[in-house]
Amino acid sequence: MEEKDQILDQVTGSEYKYGFYTDIDTETIPKGLNEDVIRLISAKKEEPEFMLEFRLKSYRHWLTMKMPGWAHLRIPEINYQDIIFYAAPRQVVGPKSLSEVDPELLRTFSRLGIPLEEQKMLSGVAVDAVMDSVSVKTTFRETLAELGIIFCSMSEAVREYPELVKKYLGSVVPYTDNYFASLNSAVFSDGSFCYIPKGVRCPMELSTYFRINAANTGQFERTLLIADDDSYVSYLEGCTAPMRDENQLHAAVVEIVALENAQVKYSTVQNWYPGDKNGKGGIYNFVTKRGICKGDNSKISWTQVETGSAITWKYPSCILRGNNTTGEFYSVAVTNNYQQADTGTKMMHIGKNSKSTIISKGISAGHGQNSFRSLVKVMKNADRVRNFTQCDSMLMGDKCGAHTFPYIEVENQSAILEHEATTSRIGEDQIFYCNQRGIDTETAVGLIINGYAREVLNKLPMEFAVEAQKLLQISLEGSVG
Amino acid sequence: MLQIKDLHVSIDGKEILKGIDLEVKTGEVHAIMGPNGSGKSTLAAALAGRELFEITNGSVIYNGENLLEMSPEDRARKGLFLGFQYPVEIPGVSIVNFMKTAMNELRKYRGLEPISASDFLKHMRDKKELVGITANMANRSVNEGFSGGEKKKNEIFQMAMLEPTLAILDETDSGLDIDALKIVANGVNKLRRSDNATIIITHYQRLLEYIIPDFVHVLYKGKIVRSSGKELALELEEKGYDWLKDENE
Repeated sequence: MEEKDQILDQVTGSEYKYGFYTDIDTETIPKGLNEDVIRLISAKKEEPEFMLEFRLKSYRHWLTMKMPGWAHLRIPEINYQDIIFYAAPRQVVGPKSLSEVDPELLRTFSRLGIPLEEQKMLSGVAVDAVMDSVSVKTTFRETLAELGIIFCSMSEAVREYPELVKKYLGSVVPYTDNYFASLNSAVFSDGSFCYIPKGVRCPMELSTYFRINAANTGQFERTLLIADDDSYVSYLEGCTAPMRDENQLHAAVVEIVALENAQVKYSTVQNWYPGDKNGKGGIYNFVTKRGICKGDNSKISWTQVETGSAITWKYPSCILRGNNTTGEFYSVAVTNNYQQADTGTKMMHIGKNSKSTIISKGISAGHGQNSFRSLVKVMKNADRVRNFTQCDSMLMGDKCGAHTFPYIEVENQSAILEHEATTSRIGEDQIFYCNQRGIDTETAVGLIINGYAREVLNKLPMEFAVEAQKLLQISLEGSVG
Repeated sequence: MLQIKDLHVSIDGKEILKGIDLEVKTGEVHAIMGPNGSGKSTLAAALAGRELFEITNGSVIYNGENLLEMSPEDRARKGLFLGFQYPVEIPGVSIVNFMKTAMNELRKYRGLEPISASDFLKHMRDKKELVGITANMANRSVNEGFSGGEKKKNEIFQMAMLEPTLAILDETDSGLDIDALKIVANGVNKLRRSDNATIIITHYQRLLEYIIPDFVHVLYKGKIVRSSGKELALELEEKGYDWLKDENE
């Protein structure tokens, strides 16, 4: 046992590898939140009137709400008057090429391993890089534009495609939805907007890298993705953040609309600063992600690998409104040190013959607390619904926790729902078996963890899967159960 | 190759091995037999470096080095292979991935470049054929959902892949039907060379019908009580283990 404890201490000793702070001249507005701040944000972003109205009514609604307390999380009180709600890297307006972009910013991206350069063209990935609140550089717009695909920052979409934004923004996650969604609707800074026209199969993985940078700045990303009839898109989202002491609030909203026969695959690798090994600092990640399979035969698939943040509160969900629609949720969530995660999904079956699959792999180490929460709801008129849910938990050490809260509400007798759950440990015998084949303990843990999470990792696009595998190994470096 | 001198091993403070002496030279096959609970598996695990087992006395020299000071993975990298009595399942990790990782760890330790994908596949094909493994099995997760026989065959396959200097097979024959037993024995015989050695740990004599040992040792209550040539195995088969009690108590 002592041996185990020692090795476990090494886990807790492994610190965040991407912690650094970039010194960029940042334009911020004063701390705090009131209607004037919202007007200022809207004005700075040169938004049309409808956007300001949306923000204001969201804000007024938010004021009537209370922070939800149902999650299995210990959340310190957040002082919203102590947060800066808008920060933009100050730079020349509208960089025409990379040479016009702040070199410090480019260095940050390259340290993060984000190839914003022309190599992206070769690897076929278009990047909309969001650093703090304003999109810095968007590649591949022309290639995508030829197909009629719109992939731009949210601010730009608000200005240039107001009719699409007006039609769909808040249509999946209403401004009244929940505390953090309302807050986001009031103050969202930027994010990505994507529209795939009818019949178009997006030829490349669309990817966004978010990065939180300026000190004390809450980050409120807003993403809207619309896949029109018969279209297909695969979207990647990946995050790293610099190390710092103050807790940072992050409350993003992602909305997906899939119309008839459309397919959307949304993949996330989330590695924000989780706090140090004593639980100091770290990002609070309160995200609302939801997609609607609006048209018949449409499909939305969420895949997430969550290794970062001090607190994660996140339930990528699907509203299966059309008939024969499919919702999928594949998740790996790691909590180490003092990290807490309450994550899972909701599958709302409204359409007939709708199907959903939920596969969740939780890994808890150190003092980490990992909760899986799901709701499968079958409405009265949803005939012949199928659901398969599997939630597995892995524990490393004896100070961490794994919790599962699967809810099922069925109002239609023809539904078939399956639920499987397991809890396991990395066995000392597994480690020894690997050791005996010449594999050291660290590599063995990586191997076993990646094997455990394989069903989910397999769902990630190739380039992401490799990154995710490394990330899992790094997050649990030196750990044995 | 291997010199064990006065080896004492305890588990949870209880002494299991009470002074083992054994010498194994290259090219030799040794069989260690004995009734259940005599300490056979303890000897295998202690040699492989399992931490559960505490070495309280004695020495083990392996190719001129102190084996007991090495980590389990270093022992493996220096060519010591343990065929497990109960091979462990590693869900989601394919045998291909597992073997490639293991081989590259060995190569790294020996200062070699990682094996190329094509060389690895060829190596695997050759060894699979040698052991008689179907292509299907190699793509499955390590031991997951394997039958008892498949698990043991997989151990022999791994042994073939890693080409150890000293292989210790812990009850590899237990739970095998006669066909599986032949496959396992056949694999061991084919891998037998003048520059390696094998220790076969077994309860029954029947494996030794297919693998002819140079020496047979009888382990009883933590000590080797008899050592002789292959004829000892036959004697044991005939008389059972009961005579040991009479002789040693």
